[in-house]
Amino acid sequence: MDKLILGGCEFSSRLFLGTGKFSSNALMGEAIAASGTEMVTVAMKRIELSDKEDDMLGHIKGENVRLLPNTSGVRDAEEAVFAAQMAREAFGTNWLKLEIHPDPRYLLPDSTETLKATEKLAAMGFIVLPYCQADPVLCKRLEEAGAAAVMPLGAPIGSNQGLRTKDFLRIIIEQSGVPVVVDAGIGAPSHAAEAMELGASACLVNTAIAVAGNPVEMAKAFKAAVEAGRMAYEAGLGSRTEGFTAEASSPLTAFLD
Amino acid sequence: MFSEEIKKYSWDETTERIYSKTGDDVRRALSKEKCDTDDFMAMISPAAVPYLETMARLSRKYTQERFGNVMSMFIPLYLTNSCTNSCVYCGFHVSNKMKRTILTPEEMVNEYKAIKKLAPFENLLIVTGENPVLAGVPYLAKALDLAKPYFSNLKIEVMPLAAEEYAELRKHGMNGVICFQETYNAANYNIYHPRGKKADFQWRVDGFDRMGQAGVHSIGMGVLIGLEKEWRTDVTMMARHLRYLQKHYWKTKYSVNFPRMRPAENGGFEPNVIMSDRELAQLTFAMRIFDHDVDISYSTRESARFRDNMARLGVTTMSAESKTDPGGYYSYPQALEQFHVNDERTAVEVAAALRKEGIEPVWKDWDSVFDALDTGSTGKGTAA
Repeated sequence: MDKLILGGCEFSSRLFLGTGKFSSNALMGEAIAASGTEMVTVAMKRIELSDKEDDMLGHIKGENVRLLPNTSGVRDAEEAVFAAQMAREAFGTNWLKLEIHPDPRYLLPDSTETLKATEKLAAMGFIVLPYCQADPVLCKRLEEAGAAAVMPLGAPIGSNQGLRTKDFLRIIIEQSGVPVVVDAGIGAPSHAAEAMELGASACLVNTAIAVAGNPVEMAKAFKAAVEAGRMAYEAGLGSRTEGFTAEASSPLTAFLD
Repeated sequence: MFSEEIKKYSWDETTERIYSKTGDDVRRALSKEKCDTDDFMAMISPAAVPYLETMARLSRKYTQERFGNVMSMFIPLYLTNSCTNSCVYCGFHVSNKMKRTILTPEEMVNEYKAIKKLAPFENLLIVTGENPVLAGVPYLAKALDLAKPYFSNLKIEVMPLAAEEYAELRKHGMNGVICFQETYNAANYNIYHPRGKKADFQWRVDGFDRMGQAGVHSIGMGVLIGLEKEWRTDVTMMARHLRYLQKHYWKTKYSVNFPRMRPAENGGFEPNVIMSDRELAQLTFAMRIFDHDVDISYSTRESARFRDNMARLGVTTMSAESKTDPGGYYSYPQALEQFHVNDERTAVEVAAALRKEGIEPVWKDWDSVFDALDTGSTGKGTAA
């Protein structure tokens, strides 16, 4: 499997994990370890920034695990920039998952504010990974604004509905000059495999693991699914059985005879 | 810049890969919704020959879905045959003893008026040899200014320019640029282009990046078939170049050309390869299946019969009644031409033939008001 290059760093695992919704921090820590992930996002709002011994962070720290603070909770670009600066100070990292969802029901990303914030934060030296709509033009604009990757959604956060935006993800992957990480909506390992088969660079999964009957086993299942999907993509998928059939007569090319 | 990108690809290895493609590779490509350059290689390979009819059907289907039953019509106007280059295959070769002409502003206007009498052409392609001193950017700007009242869409096919020069010409109404790389084989490029500014491979191949950076709306590419024996390798390199440009300059519309070398007054250069109609058809189908959206342009280099038959099968842009000599429509209707055309029908005859095939010739599909509105917003280059 090819390594993923993102923000100038190499990743062997193409599975990113979110850290919300676990029944305990200890269980979360086990799931992270089982998943083999090297990138874990954590909501700044969940962390006691002044507490160096924060329990949640304590369970994330692993040798190969990069911490990706996210701005979940902010409602516009201005708040996002402020939160990002706090995150940089608190976690000592330039990496940032930019999330701006002013809508508290579906947590859908605000495209206009996300683009504005990406521009500002990239100029400030952040490695910005914006969570965004599966909008191909927006993704190109984010890339031009300096995003290190784009993170289009498969379906609303936490919905477990799978790749409802598949047709647009396909265009985004085709056009993108930066890694495409499918974020949100991935509810089952098969969804993750499907995203990887499409050519996504990575998947970000949270709810589907955190609320599974056995989160640790589910984390292993996602690890396998992401690897299988990526291997299939790199190997080149075979042809479908439908499609074309040979024609007995050749009226269209007869003029070439 | 693509001159860096192209270093990733070995010419010989690409050739080997094309010839190692199998029927399975072709079937896989034909059943895909979106093909990559590997699929393109399969479709242009000898292994795809038995699938020609299937490819024709797919090509027709995708062309109809995306473009409908129409053909965009354009006409070229050569402003000068003065050229400082020495391309061994070209009639404008610097040491060719021929009468050289550079149209005056008055002559340009006469040509514009004469073209409008042929057919309702709105897409004009302004062509020059490479003479930056006598027919450089200010000269082209003048030609564009004078053409604007007559044509709604102006493109140029001239020597590669600097990004600022493309941007400058955009202000004069230039909407598109066509430039043929001729060949992507850097090792042999100078055999065909030994002297003059055109001898600089890198300057030419990076010209497309500069067009993209300048926000040119429409970019046309081409490989001159007849130079490299392995034309399949050459067009594969072009397909890679196309994908590269699409990713970097994503607001630009692209067109491709596969000009087959024609006889010219050129001191007897013989093509290194002759591409048959069957092969050109296969290549055209492959390009359409590879890219559903790219414009595929056929010029009057191709025969009337071949053009009429291919009009439904992938081609989306055609020239008609072209003269390849400067001032050929009015001022100098005698031979000072770059090459001899093949389809010698009038534009009215070509249009009638297309209608007979169920295709509507479209003369106008752009308006210069969009150029005037342009704020210079571009798909600026992003590091991929």
